[in-house]
Amino acid sequence: MKTIDAVLRDVPMFQGLTPDELVLMAGCATNVHFDEGAVLFREGDSADVFYAVRQGAVALDVFVPTRGAVTIETLEGGEVLGWSWLFPPYRWHFDAKALTPIRATAFDGACLRDKCEQDPSLGYHLMSRFAQVMIERLQWTRLRLLDVYGYGAAG
Amino acid sequence: MPEVETRVIEPDGLELLVQALVDRKFRVLGPTVREGAIVYDELDSAAELPIGWTDEQAPGKYRLSRREDEARFGYAVGPHSWKQFLLPPKIRLWRARRDNGSVEVIEESNDDKPLAFIGVRACELHGISVQDRVLLEGRYVDRDYEARRKDAFVVAVNCFEPGGTCFCVSTGTGPKADAGYDLALTEILDGTHRFLVEVGSERGGEVLHALESRPADETDRTAAAAAVEGAAQKMGRELDTTDLRGLLARNLEHERWDEVASRCLTCGNCTLVCPTCFCTSVEDVGDLAGHEAERVRLWDSCYSVDHSYLHGGSVRPSPRSRYRQWLTHKFGTWHDQFGESGCIGCGRCITWCPVGIDVTEELTAIRATEEVGREDH
Amino acid sequence: MATALQAEPRAAEAPQPFRVRTRRRETHDTWTLRLEPVDGVGLDVRPGQFTMVYSFGVGEVPISFSGDPRGPLVHTVRAVGAVTRAICDARRGAVLGIRGPFGNEWPVAEAAGGDVVVVAGGIGLPPLRPALYEILRRRRDFRDVALLYGARTPDDLVFRRELERWRARGDLQVEVTVDAAVEPWRGKVGVVPKLIEGARFDPAATTAFIVGPEIMMRFSAQALLDRGVPPSCIFVSMERNMQCGVGHCGHCQLGPTLICRDGPVYRWDVLVPLLTAREL
Repeated sequence: MKTIDAVLRDVPMFQGLTPDELVLMAGCATNVHFDEGAVLFREGDSADVFYAVRQGAVALDVFVPTRGAVTIETLEGGEVLGWSWLFPPYRWHFDAKALTPIRATAFDGACLRDKCEQDPSLGYHLMSRFAQVMIERLQWTRLRLLDVYGYGAAG
Repeated sequence: MPEVETRVIEPDGLELLVQALVDRKFRVLGPTVREGAIVYDELDSAAELPIGWTDEQAPGKYRLSRREDEARFGYAVGPHSWKQFLLPPKIRLWRARRDNGSVEVIEESNDDKPLAFIGVRACELHGISVQDRVLLEGRYVDRDYEARRKDAFVVAVNCFEPGGTCFCVSTGTGPKADAGYDLALTEILDGTHRFLVEVGSERGGEVLHALESRPADETDRTAAAAAVEGAAQKMGRELDTTDLRGLLARNLEHERWDEVASRCLTCGNCTLVCPTCFCTSVEDVGDLAGHEAERVRLWDSCYSVDHSYLHGGSVRPSPRSRYRQWLTHKFGTWHDQFGESGCIGCGRCITWCPVGIDVTEELTAIRATEEVGREDH
Repeated sequence: MATALQAEPRAAEAPQPFRVRTRRRETHDTWTLRLEPVDGVGLDVRPGQFTMVYSFGVGEVPISFSGDPRGPLVHTVRAVGAVTRAICDARRGAVLGIRGPFGNEWPVAEAAGGDVVVVAGGIGLPPLRPALYEILRRRRDFRDVALLYGARTPDDLVFRRELERWRARGDLQVEVTVDAAVEPWRGKVGVVPKLIEGARFDPAATTAFIVGPEIMMRFSAQALLDRGVPPSCIFVSMERNMQCGVGHCGHCQLGPTLICRDGPVYRWDVLVPLLTAREL
C-alpha cells in the first residue's frame, strides 16, 4: 500500500510541491472512503477538512424549497472538494454527497493551517494552488451565469 | 484589336434612337426631370430627357439648375440607379396553394419587355457589373435578376459634367465607359452640338445603322476625348484606394467609428441610392384560411436593426457597428466575398446622406491615423 | 447584353414540398422531424449543411441537418419563435417546404487517422449528429472518439436513447454534463469545457468539431487550445441571419465571409479575428 505522501504526489493540484512539503501535508492527511449516497458534509456544519478526491463522484447540493436538492456542481477523481476550511467561520456552504463510492484523502484543516503559518513557503504554494482552482470554478460559474442555452443557441 | 466603329449623330438623332428601341419592343428607360431631381423613368420621347439641366451636388446637398446650353446629359447622376429596374425594390418570388394536404409552389415568371437603358454612366456600368458578379456569377443564379438583365440594352453616356461628390477616377470606374454597353455616346458641345457614338455590340451596331449618322472624323474624336478628359479633371472628390481591404480589416476598432456613429442617423439612404447594395429580405404572407401564401422580396438595408437579427436579438445593435458593416463591406470585405470593390465612385451616398457623411472623408481619416502611427515608429 | 450564365442548382429559390413522416418529441421545446419529398426526389445532404425550412404562410428559417447522411432528411428543431414553433407543430402528413441543402460540411474525411472530439452545447448536438454517424460508420478509420455534450438541465438533453446506445458501444467516450440538476440526475453538473479537460484524446492528433451558443464555443475552443489542440484542427458551426441561402441577400455576413456560402463550418484560426471584433 502506498504511503500518504506517495498518494499525494498523484493529486494534480499538488504537482510541483517539494517532497518535503508533501511530507508535511501528509502529516495532516488520512485516507478515507465513503459509500454511495453518503453525505460528506452538510451546509452549516463546521468545515474542518478538505478532500482530494481520488476516485468516484461527489455532488455539491443545495436544498431549494419546492425544487428539492439542486446539484450545482459535481466533482470527480483528481479534483479537490472544499475550501471553507481556509477562512473563518469555517462553515460549509453546501451539502456534499457521494454519487458513487468515494476514495479520497481528507486533510485536517486546523492542522494544515497551522503548518502553513509555520512554513510560509508551503502556505504560499498551497494557497496559490487553491486560488487557481477557485478561479477556474469561478470562471465556469460565470459561464453558467450567462445561461447560454436559454436563448441564442445555435442549431 | 479591330477598330471600334464610331459615328456621329445629331441631337435629334436621340429621338430616332428612342424610337428604334421602342420599335424593337424594348421598355425604354432614361433620365428625366421629376420632383426637382433627374431620375430614371420610362421615356416615350427624347424630348423628356433633362435638356439644359444640370445638378449641383455636395455632401447632403442636391439641386437642379439650368445650363446655358441644350445638353441632354449635362449632369452627373441622380438619386436613382438602374438597379431599381434590374433588382426591383419589391417583387413577388412565388405563390403557393394548399389543398387537401398537398402544396403547390408556382414560381413567378418574368414576362416583362426587355429593358433598354439610355444614359448609363461609366460608374453605373461598373455598378451593374458588380451586381452581376453577386447575382449571376456565383454558384447560384438569381432567376429574376437574370431575366431582367440578360437582354437589357445599354446605351452608355460618357461624363463631361461630373458632380461635386464624384470620385470615379479614384475608383477606376470612369468617367469613360470602357465595356458592358451596346452603344456609348459622348456629348460634344464645342459649338456644334453632336454625339460621338461607339458601338459595343453587334445589336448596338444594328441599332446605330437604323439612325441617321455619319462617320466620325478626327475632330469629333478629339472633341469627345477632350470632353471626357475634362470630366476626369473635374472630379469633386478623391480617394486613395490603396489596399482599403487591409486598411479596414486592421481598423475594426478605430475610434472614427464612434465619431461617425455620432452623426449617422442609420436611415439607410446610402444603401438605397447605392447602385451596388444588393441586400434583400423576404416576407412570407399567407391568407387567413391557410390556402394561399406568397413570398415577396424587398430591398433591405444593413442599417436596419433587423438585418442581423438572430433569435434573441440583433448581432449589430449599435449604429457604430451598422455604419462599420456598410463601409467595411463596400470597400473592404466585398473584395473577400466577390473579388472586387463594391464602390464605383458615383458619390450618391455622399450626396443623399441627410447629414452629409462623406465616405471619402471617413476612409481618409482612418488612413491618416495609420500614417501618423507609421511616422512615429 | 448577354452574360455567361451558369446552371442553377435545384431548389434554390422555391421551396420543394416535403411531407412529415415522423415527429418525435425530444424535449419540452424541441422536436425531430423526418421528412420525405412529396415528388419522390430526395436530397443529398452532407454533415454540417443546413436547409431552409418553410412553414406554409408563416415563414422560413435555416435548420441544420440532424440525420444520417445516408438516410432521409431529418431536422431537429427548437421552438424559439413563430416559424420554428409552426415547424415543430407540423404533424405527421403535414407538408413543409425545403430549399437547399446549403453551406459547407464538417471535414470528417480529413479527420481520419487521428482522434476526434465532438463538443455539443444545447441544441448544438443535432448539427453534429450526421458527422457522428459518418465517424461511427467507419469507426476503425479513427482512433479515440469523444462526444462531450452539455445542456441546461437534464430535461433539455436531446437524443437521450441514442446517447445511451452510443455509451454502450464502448468505442465512443460519451460525457454529458448539465448546468444544473435536481434528482434523479446522477450525472455530471458543470460546464462543457470541464469535460474537455478530462476527455481522453491526443491533442497533437485531434480534430475537434464544436456546435453550441457562441460563448460556449469560445470557451470550449479555449479549453481545447489549453490542452494543446492546434487552432487549425478546431472547427465550429456559426449561425447568423441566413435568409436566401445562396449568397444573394447579404444577411448572413460575418466579416469577409457569407455564412451560407463560406460556412457554416469555420476553422477556428480563420474565425477568431471575426469573433473577437464586437458586433461584427
